[in-house]
Amino acid sequence: MSRIHDMGGRFGTGAIDPEDNATFAKEWHERALALNLACGALGQWNIDASRHARECLSSADYAGFSYYEKWLGGLTDSLVAKGVVTIAELDAGRGNGTSPLSEKALRADKVAATLAAGSPYTREAAAPRFAVGDKVRARRPARNATVVGGHTRLPAYAAGAVGEVVLSHGAHVFPDSNAHGLGEAPEPLYAVRFEARELWGSEAEAGDEMVLDMWQSYLEPA
Amino acid sequence: MPHDHDHPHSHLPSEPALRVKALETILTDKGLVDPAALDEIIDTYQNKIGPKNGAAVVAKMWTDPAFREEMLNDPMPRLKDMGLYGRQGEHMVFVENTPEVHNLVVCTLCSCYPWPLLGIPPGWYKSDAYRARSVREPRKVLAEFGVSLVEGQKVRVWDSTAEVRYLVVPMRPTGTEGLSEEELAALVTRDSMIGAGLAEGLKA
Repeated sequence: MSRIHDMGGRFGTGAIDPEDNATFAKEWHERALALNLACGALGQWNIDASRHARECLSSADYAGFSYYEKWLGGLTDSLVAKGVVTIAELDAGRGNGTSPLSEKALRADKVAATLAAGSPYTREAAAPRFAVGDKVRARRPARNATVVGGHTRLPAYAAGAVGEVVLSHGAHVFPDSNAHGLGEAPEPLYAVRFEARELWGSEAEAGDEMVLDMWQSYLEPA
Repeated sequence: MPHDHDHPHSHLPSEPALRVKALETILTDKGLVDPAALDEIIDTYQNKIGPKNGAAVVAKMWTDPAFREEMLNDPMPRLKDMGLYGRQGEHMVFVENTPEVHNLVVCTLCSCYPWPLLGIPPGWYKSDAYRARSVREPRKVLAEFGVSLVEGQKVRVWDSTAEVRYLVVPMRPTGTEGLSEEELAALVTRDSMIGAGLAEGLKA
């Protein structure tokens, strides 16, 4: 679903501060990132579900929260939704007893190996429908075709636009399914190039281009 | 449907520093988080992984044509051998700047970024303004970063929507023919590998 997180070309019209270089501007930022990674190791959700949790923050929270507050908000909501932490524990500020998931907790001596192992998203799937050079149209509207209000990685600004396949990435886990616990449902993934003017009209410079990664079901022949 | 009230996170303190502390306490009490593991994660991204990794790859691409071809065609096997693999860098694609094309990378839907090669993204990359504007008015954004384009150069913006991560290979500055790989790597800035900068020495 297209919500406030789907910012391309829309929200955030203010100045960018190129001097805002810090990766962690405050100590709690690094703690927030680390908590997210550590909780990911509990295996209760995948990257798509955690993105969806952040996208489900209320618009007011999403707009008002700083970046890592969004992460914290999404994390807390996911922990409660999965029954890992209770509202009573949040209110008390203390955990009530050891969790049955505690054996999965990421230990310090496993951190390096866990981060280095990565989590590749390529999968086996049926042969791709499109080839490099094919003209394609991005599906419109930009929303999850299966789950009402569901997660998608098709930005609203590209919906309905015609572009050309420039790279074939093989088959990847499909976020629109994986975010909702409906399985990985891998699909061919392509990089699709659009003329900037196809997306933005005459305000764009002629000849400029945008490239987006698009799963096959986001596309139809054009 | 998401709604605008009653999110569990609103049960935590409103001050974010206290919020993260409260959550860590709860999770530690339950045996779900090892504070030493959090320290280790932070140390990794503060001290062990950062843009020097990407800069070394770019410098090698500038000096070693066979390596350059490998990086442009099928980079993952070699990156794995070099220990430059891991979370958020599983599927790298290198895009080269040329006098004809300047590349710029953004993630408008969140903040996807190649951690193993560039570390954790800077504040501006995660800002609403960058996410919103870099796709619609990339030339204005580049001007705000002090990037001057070559006459007639087109701009190609990559919006990272999948797990594929793009890294921009900036143009090698002129007059650097005699430099070693290490000396060249020192010219490759983080911003130049996002496309919001040029390699040092190319700036007017």
